[in-house]
Amino acid sequence: MTKPLPTPVKKNPQKRSTVPTLPPVARSRAALGLAVAAARGAFALQHCEDCGAVQYPPRDACCKCLSVALDWRETDPTAKVLAQTTIRVSPDPYFRERLPWRMGSVKLAAGPVVVCHLHSEVVRGDTAEIVLKLDKAGQGVMVALPQKGSEHMQDDPMLRAMSCDPRHRRVLITDARSPLALPLAKALLGAGATTIFIGEPEDWRNWEGRAALAALENVDLLPLDVTDTSSVTRLAAEIGGKVDILINTASFLRPGGVLGGDTVFARDSMETNVLGLMRLAQAFGPAMAGRTADGVNSAAAWVNLLSSQALAPDTSFGTFGATQAAARSLSQTLRAEFSKAGLRVMNVYSGPADDEWHQPLPPPKVSPSSVARAIVKGLIDGLEEVACGDIAREALERWSADPALFERELRGGGS
Amino acid sequence: MKRQTYDGVVLAAPVSVPYVRYSMETAHWWIARALRDTLNTAGIAPQDLDGLSISSFSLFPDTPVGLTQHLGLSPRWLDTVPTGGASGVIALRRAARAVQAGDVDVVACVAGDTNRIDSFRTLLSGFSRFSMDATFPYGFGGPNASFALLMDAYMEEYGTSREDFGRIAVAQRANALHNPDALMKTPLTLDQYMDARMISDPIALFDCVMPCAGSEAFLVMREDDALRRGLPFARISGTIERHNAFADDPIQLCGGWGVDIDELYQMADASPEDIDVLQTYDDYPVISMMQFEDLGFCAKGEGGAFVRSRDLTISGDFPHNTSGGQLSVGQAGAAGGYLGLVEALRQVTDQAGGTQVPHARCAMVSGFGMINYDRGVCSAAAIIQGACT
Repeated sequence: MTKPLPTPVKKNPQKRSTVPTLPPVARSRAALGLAVAAARGAFALQHCEDCGAVQYPPRDACCKCLSVALDWRETDPTAKVLAQTTIRVSPDPYFRERLPWRMGSVKLAAGPVVVCHLHSEVVRGDTAEIVLKLDKAGQGVMVALPQKGSEHMQDDPMLRAMSCDPRHRRVLITDARSPLALPLAKALLGAGATTIFIGEPEDWRNWEGRAALAALENVDLLPLDVTDTSSVTRLAAEIGGKVDILINTASFLRPGGVLGGDTVFARDSMETNVLGLMRLAQAFGPAMAGRTADGVNSAAAWVNLLSSQALAPDTSFGTFGATQAAARSLSQTLRAEFSKAGLRVMNVYSGPADDEWHQPLPPPKVSPSSVARAIVKGLIDGLEEVACGDIAREALERWSADPALFERELRGGGS
Repeated sequence: MKRQTYDGVVLAAPVSVPYVRYSMETAHWWIARALRDTLNTAGIAPQDLDGLSISSFSLFPDTPVGLTQHLGLSPRWLDTVPTGGASGVIALRRAARAVQAGDVDVVACVAGDTNRIDSFRTLLSGFSRFSMDATFPYGFGGPNASFALLMDAYMEEYGTSREDFGRIAVAQRANALHNPDALMKTPLTLDQYMDARMISDPIALFDCVMPCAGSEAFLVMREDDALRRGLPFARISGTIERHNAFADDPIQLCGGWGVDIDELYQMADASPEDIDVLQTYDDYPVISMMQFEDLGFCAKGEGGAFVRSRDLTISGDFPHNTSGGQLSVGQAGAAGGYLGLVEALRQVTDQAGGTQVPHARCAMVSGFGMINYDRGVCSAAAIIQGACT
């Protein structure tokens, strides 16, 4: 049984915040495949295309037939725990602060023996489920989970460090007027978040839906306009030290391609979708990066909501697609910049939303509540890349398989 | 094809440079000291050095190539042996064949490493690709954690108790009290072993070696050369080496010796009863126990009963790791792979001083090296006989 985490007490401002340290970050090129799979929540291992052998640790050639044709494939995650240990002495600063630390050796049904982190409910002899998680260093690591965990299994300290669980955490949603704000706030509160700050642009102007948000307990509506640097800075000065998860829901969307498109709309969408992200990052990022080891309610994640058009545009929304591609590129820089602090950047890709701007499009469209669920699940699972809805899921798959082919297909070829 | 004997080739001039816990000196410095001592013993001037075999983890950015210029040597035969705990035996068997073939007359085999504060952590960080990718990110317990998994599985499989492993550590400490150069100088009781704090369960404090700085050396030459120089020497009855054996075993309960041990006894025309002194690679007592089994002194899984029935001290009926082994002398990096062989050479040539086993003539030495991922990859063993001159 995992004990539930204690409710965090109010921080003593006279005490120094714990400086974030990271577990070992160095990996071979082959081993990066683990992080690629972990980032999207998959359990993948190297399979030999010639002889079918499944192997681990990642290699540059097959250890059965010497073939170099190796392919990362989803693999049966069932394993038997062969041996266990509790590490009580470590020269590594990250683990030293977290001792004792349990690890073990497991044999996968698929063949390989894996040295992995052991959840506190897993012991020698158990059948366990092995998952790939991103650790604080942003690297993919093997974790043995109980097949049937107890109620609070997610509160295991090792697992908590791999996740960005909203439980006990304070979240900033940047745009109250997004149709996503209400279902997202509810989903986060339902997952145990303690406070939801919601940024409200043009707060002097009343709008439909405000009352429903304001009526929620533990929700604070605060003025925030991501196109206005001083507004962003002002809010960061007020709550920057208390934001554990930031979810950027601000988005500006107008239809239109390049020829015949309106450059004023294009500039407005750049202001919100790209420069807004940059302003938020500059104002809130450093404080969050400094608080990633700050106890139970440490800073954990930065979430960007992107359209799957970030990968390749739907040409009838060409300028919007350009802002999404730019925002995705910024998110990758931000991910690299935050990696030194262990702050996760999660991109959630969704297809066309079921809103006024996509009104003429046929289904499937994505409802705000399903995006909210995908965000909360992605945070609990500690993911970096999340697709919400069938269109985004398929787009991500096709783009990963062959970006050039995907672009041609979107243009209407290949029928 | 039947392997040739090592007739006419011997090893001599054992040197152990006393270890220290931390040293600001370099591997070059430690190797130079051991090399100088072993060459002096044989009356060979450094510029006349013929062959050189080096094992070291801390020479970086140099290799033994850089070492020749650094130390002003001009050998016609140069070897580097990167097999960690199996380095001593493997250096010996390569050098012996080169001497036998006439490629070289005398080979100085030297292992040495320094140990600066924090150098153990940095050595671990860059130890191997698999450890970087697949073990150290899991708690960074180093070899303690990896061997804890082996010991945990071994105890579970064979019902061995911590007391059984404790007997190995306690006997070695008793031996070390006769070795003035051992870093551990206080007696160790079984109660103290049992009460020690856990490091990585079930590995406790006295299961662990102490990383330190030091060096070891010996010479390989033709027998007539040793006689001419008046050096006490040992002949080589047989040797084996093996890498990545039993790769499909889910956890290492049997080392590579299991593949080759019969050949070793055949080559030496010997059996376990003929061994007067055994030097195993003791990075952890569980590994020594595994060697008792794999080297044929008892059946697999019976290591616990074996150590309960035998006396492992210098004066006992099964003298084992007579200098105190790495557990009590210290682990000076790659020199740890030489310690047992150099002590065995002293034993069979009656040069072991306080740790001398009376009438020791035949010694077995086994090496075990390089925990690359989840197990030790290299195993080696040799039987050597002191010459009755």
